Amino acid sequence: MNPLTLNHYLLASGLLFSIGFAGVLLRRNIITIFMCLELMLNAANLSLVAFSRYHVGADGLPNYNAQVLVFFIIAVAAAEVAVGLAIIVALYRARQTTHVEDLVSLKF
Amino acid sequence: MSPILFWLFTALMLAFGTSVVLNRDPVASALSLVASFLCLSALFVGLDAFFIGVIQILVYAGAVMVLFLFIIMLLDLKAEQRRQFNRLSLAGGGAVAVGFMFELLHVLNSFSIGKNPFPPLGVARLDDVRQVGITLFTQFNLPFQTVGVLVLVASVGVIVLSRRELK
Repeated sequence: MNPLTLNHYLLASGLLFSIGFAGVLLRRNIITIFMCLELMLNAANLSLVAFSRYHVGADGLPNYNAQVLVFFIIAVAAAEVAVGLAIIVALYRARQTTHVEDLVSLKF
Repeated sequence: MSPILFWLFTALMLAFGTSVVLNRDPVASALSLVASFLCLSALFVGLDAFFIGVIQILVYAGAVMVLFLFIIMLLDLKAEQRRQFNRLSLAGGGAVAVGFMFELLHVLNSFSIGKNPFPPLGVARLDDVRQVGITLFTQFNLPFQTVGVLVLVASVGVIVLSRRELK
């Protein structure tokens, strides 16, 4: 079997991103859309980690800058999920729905 | 990472990812997302990023997805009703996603650097957590503190948002 290359991981990451992207565009439940956003964030993380492993420096270690960036992405995504879900709960209290086609006005 | 494991975990990750999109029941979607993240963390471990793999499981599959499931159950969401789909938006969304995929294949085809196999590591034992810690606290200390402020702001914001009445 051929050895793994960077392109294998980039392709896997791109496919995962496409799946999340299609989900955001096609689904109508706001919570599912939010989960698909998480899928897209993680696809970006996968390509970052693959690039990190590909760039072995002079000291024989992977490039850890990319892994620190992944760490930040995970931290910010966790904060984003907390705020987003709070907004969804507030929206549900006001409107009793999570269907995006029922939520068409900004102010109510 | 052995290629067999790579293909196995990638196939599982993509299959569970597709099931997130296709499932009508939000609880099933969320559980598929957990499974997809577990496969993704296996890929991280295969890329010698052990620390990232562990926090992927702890933070994402643990904390974030529990929050999602908690909200789904709090709102008591049922499986979505079959509705009349807007055909134009369905076709448009599908076309954009498929177009993105073809674009990606085209770019990867001409990306010659990515066709080399991964270079071997120059160390016998990888002290992964230590290296991430050194990079984080020496080169990226200010962004790290800023993320701390961001998390504080987010938690205050969540408390404000979830008070009984906004005003």
